[in-house]
Amino acid sequence: MNLSILIAQWNYVIVIALMMIGFYTVIARGNLIKKMVGLNIFQTSVFMLYISMGKIQDGTAPILSDDPTMIYSNPLPHVLILTAIVVGVATTAVGYALIIRIQESFDTIEEDEITEALNEEALAERLAEQH
Amino acid sequence: MHDDPVIRVVSKVLIPTIMLFGLYVQFHGDYGPGGGFQAGVIFASAFLLNAIVFGMNKGRHVWSPAFNLQCIALGVLVYGGTGIAGLLLDGNFLDFNVLLANPVAGQHLGILLVEFGVGLTVASVMVGLFFAFASRPAHNRLMHQEDTRLLKSSTEATAEPTTTGASVSKKGEVKK
Amino acid sequence: MNFFVVDAFLMVLLTIIGVMAVKQHRLFGVIILSGSYSLVAATWFVVLDAVDVAFTEAAVGAGVSTVLALATLSQVRSNEKKRPIEPLALTVSIGAGLLLLLAVMDMPLFKDPSAPVHVHVGPHYIGESGAEIGVPNIVTSVLASYRSFDTLGETVVVFAAAVSVFLVLAGWTRKRKSKDEA
Repeated sequence: MNLSILIAQWNYVIVIALMMIGFYTVIARGNLIKKMVGLNIFQTSVFMLYISMGKIQDGTAPILSDDPTMIYSNPLPHVLILTAIVVGVATTAVGYALIIRIQESFDTIEEDEITEALNEEALAERLAEQH
Repeated sequence: MHDDPVIRVVSKVLIPTIMLFGLYVQFHGDYGPGGGFQAGVIFASAFLLNAIVFGMNKGRHVWSPAFNLQCIALGVLVYGGTGIAGLLLDGNFLDFNVLLANPVAGQHLGILLVEFGVGLTVASVMVGLFFAFASRPAHNRLMHQEDTRLLKSSTEATAEPTTTGASVSKKGEVKK
Repeated sequence: MNFFVVDAFLMVLLTIIGVMAVKQHRLFGVIILSGSYSLVAATWFVVLDAVDVAFTEAAVGAGVSTVLALATLSQVRSNEKKRPIEPLALTVSIGAGLLLLLAVMDMPLFKDPSAPVHVHVGPHYIGESGAEIGVPNIVTSVLASYRSFDTLGETVVVFAAAVSVFLVLAGWTRKRKSKDEA
């Protein structure tokens, strides 16, 4: 691995580190709210990746001004990420609503306890069918 | 919370200011950072503050659920309607050039209408989501981990798939 | 040099907040840390010239998302069950991260004006949007006029999410029987 390139692209390196932090939280933690927070961290780091790609050297915010020599940063990634943020919050809201319903049905939001409860229910159903 | 004079007075000053700022962000999205989404969220937060400080019933009186559902649909309808208007005036769907005689003015009008639709939908959705989440009767608010473990060990003998009604009554019994 | 210092500081702050959010087992702390993560990310977006995105991220990430999470927290147990660090998950994460680092080596350099993303449609929007649409904020003109279809789809997604939440959490329209809850 060429170290000088990694240092030049340090923005992307830290974005990947954040992505992996969020990824680990989603796959290795059992609490559903913790998973949602990990997903939020992951999503935001992906947004940061795209916005990093849109930055131009000596650029400024893409709002037209009277100065003809002004360099503007690329507005296209900004638009994509705006849409992505709003869609992200929509799915987050649905996720939290489902968590509330899971809490009401299973009395817990820890993943292993929910799996246990589901297995017990399935077992009880099969036993009831046999009799 | 409505007993605390500081919070009550400051909220009464802040809520109209927040709404005004939300409208400012909505209509100045053309000239600076802003636009429909940001404005919708900011505008909704004024109503959220009202509901948090003065109670859910008062909050729901200001923006009733039926009105909320209508607003959510109305916003999407305004957006789609602007697109259809482009179709009816001999252009393409969502073509803003044909809305007025001058294409640039047509674009301005189209952007204004479209952002208004987006802002209306987003504000209504945020208020509606908050009321949907915050209106749940809070059964488990005071329970801590130790209580749950005690409950589980005591209700193991009578184990059955828990439903909402049954668990509430069981919790009520054992907690005492 | 200024840009590098501010950018690096914010990124290190973000990493620290991210790691603390994973390690915390009190859910209230986790949610507040996630809200502050969104806020620092919004500041970082401003440093990277994405002012509209920063506005949205601050309003939505640090505002609405935190409120919804806290509303959910009021219904559930407030502490996470303690779990040891899982080695397999950690290995998979680190392995995926290293693979992504390999991909980063091939990416165009950060802040390079000749990167492929800046040479196709971007200059057209920056150059022509003043004459064609006449709105100073290029992001608004792209969002509402050039890419209007995507914004229509996004609005419908928000609408659909609201409908889904209302279906899942049915009964929210009922008036409370007890007195006002402050």
